[in-house]
Amino acid sequence: MTIQFNDETFHGDFTFKNSDWAIKRFPFPFHEDSYMYSVNMEPHTSYRPGSVFERTFDVDEHYVAEMKDRARVLANDPLRCQSLPHMTLAGWDLVELIMEAKAREYPDLFELHKDGNRWRWINKPLGIDDTFTFLDESTLPYGPMEYITRQTQGDFAVLDQRDDNLWMDAGMVTTQADWSLDFDIGMNFFEWHAPVPKAHEMGIFVRALKFLLNIQQGQPARRLNWTMTVNPLLDTSPENYHKWGVMKQGLTMENIGEKQHLRVELQTFFRLPRSNALVFPIRCYLISFNDLVTVPKWGRRLHRVIRDLPEELATYKGFIDNRPLMVEWLSQYDDGSPTSDGIWPDD
Amino acid sequence: MSAGTAKLNVTVAEVKPINDLVTRFKFVRTGGGDLPTFSGGAHTVVEMQDGDITRLNAYSLMSDPADRGAYMISVRRDDEGRGGSKFMHSQVKEGMEMVISNPVNLFSLDLRAKKHLMLAGGIGITPFIAQMHQLSMMGGQFELHYSVRNASLGTYAEDLEAKYPGKVNIYHDDQGEAIDLSTLLATQPLGTHVYVCGPKGMIEWVHGTSEDMGWPREAVHSEEFLAPASGKPFEVKCAVSNKVVQVGEHQSLLEALEAAGIDAPYLCRGGACGQCETNVIGYDGKFLHYDHWLTDEQKAGGKHIMPCVSRFEGKTLVLDR
Repeated sequence: MTIQFNDETFHGDFTFKNSDWAIKRFPFPFHEDSYMYSVNMEPHTSYRPGSVFERTFDVDEHYVAEMKDRARVLANDPLRCQSLPHMTLAGWDLVELIMEAKAREYPDLFELHKDGNRWRWINKPLGIDDTFTFLDESTLPYGPMEYITRQTQGDFAVLDQRDDNLWMDAGMVTTQADWSLDFDIGMNFFEWHAPVPKAHEMGIFVRALKFLLNIQQGQPARRLNWTMTVNPLLDTSPENYHKWGVMKQGLTMENIGEKQHLRVELQTFFRLPRSNALVFPIRCYLISFNDLVTVPKWGRRLHRVIRDLPEELATYKGFIDNRPLMVEWLSQYDDGSPTSDGIWPDD
Repeated sequence: MSAGTAKLNVTVAEVKPINDLVTRFKFVRTGGGDLPTFSGGAHTVVEMQDGDITRLNAYSLMSDPADRGAYMISVRRDDEGRGGSKFMHSQVKEGMEMVISNPVNLFSLDLRAKKHLMLAGGIGITPFIAQMHQLSMMGGQFELHYSVRNASLGTYAEDLEAKYPGKVNIYHDDQGEAIDLSTLLATQPLGTHVYVCGPKGMIEWVHGTSEDMGWPREAVHSEEFLAPASGKPFEVKCAVSNKVVQVGEHQSLLEALEAAGIDAPYLCRGGACGQCETNVIGYDGKFLHYDHWLTDEQKAGGKHIMPCVSRFEGKTLVLDR
């Protein structure tokens, strides 16, 4: 297989690590030295070979470990995966979308063989070889959405579209930045975004919804979002806040480089053909501050962004208390020289 | 990037007259291969190269959504129209290569519904044919009430009665038959959703009657594509592209912008989806708003226009394009 999969954990001893390859392709989210919300959507077309934007669903060295972590979280809390009854068809749409894309784009890792509605799916990294009948739930060990998202990195919100709105009616959410599917299930676009500061006044959500309602088959879109996480935790859920919230305390100048991670979400949006639903994969990438500053441009820029971020945003993103320490540590890597436009390293 | 730009190259595999007014067209992917799946109620925008004019008309997909081998549309000839349906009927032949858009659905089923009550008038039957395919595959409950002018113009009526016995009710205008809408709506089980596709009057009748009877707005769905109206020629200045564009009598504003090489977004081209909404920078004259998208306040405000169907009469119009 072309990718060496890491043996690593996202809890307990936190053995998660990024190789040099993973650092170089990290989706650094800041294209300039400051940050403010924007809809910042672009077409999800293949871009920059080797980058996380090349494939429809990026598979990287963390794949196998992330899927083990998902299974662990689900075993403790099955409500992380829910699908209202009318969303089963959208689940099958997702099975088709992911299997076709992975088999096409990673032929050495995944294979899909179709004989009418009889499909054989081979997932080599996870050692799966299943034959099932497309659109017949009884032939899979889980519902269709759960089946395929147990094999695909990233969270998945599957949104029903009706009454000129989007509804959070299904999802697989185990790697989230402090939001809860169990809380949001059945809510519409404005309801589940209610906690976000500033963006409402800026009219961001009205515009974003209009854009999303018009996403068409064959024209997926993407954007980046970001926050901060102490320790490489995929599962930063409200349900487990009592476990991870305390980890935000105890950062020092000595350990922050290792413990503090920039958390970036590659969010994509696809129209699902049979159900006319929208799927919203939210793929999480983590990088420690130590690894991040190995790219000089990123170290300089992150210092400036965090230093100048409006207070409401630092509060909403949950790192207002640690911001002074972050800025102090990052300032060592900012010599004040200019940074180039765009997100990519200079070399 | 304009919406509606993901295109499919297809070849006409069959042209089949269904009756005096309606002809069915079957498209397969040029060079072979599967077409994208779609959901019942979706349409495709067909590009027609009619001499110097590129016509883009939206037609509902009526084939089985699960059949990726071919798409089918039915086109009713409109002799009073601007020429798109006449082009389809007179110029499109088997073997011809055409370009169509990816499927777009602005009339999808509400999959929460316990029952789907479908009301069709005339050629408005086509999206329901695909939806019935989809529902029968999924085991969904549905009932069709289909109003036709007379038996010979009852497009697909007999086929549908044979295919879905007990679920299809046909009403012939020439025999004085009509849908008894109040009774029908009063006798539906809880959780029923109503769908209507047909002439403007029929759509208004269904919305009005259901509202009067206390049906929730969200449970009543309709689709009406407007054909762009013809009108007096007018001139438009495009501020961003710095071009002056002439809109002809039988041309829509959107078509004129496209012909001038201006990148204008669109999806439905029928005044329904909102994608082509364009800001007005200045004007001296009168708007002829024909769309379903802008609110009455917006239409009166003179700051927005939907170039797919709406027009302008007056001295100057300056757009943010």
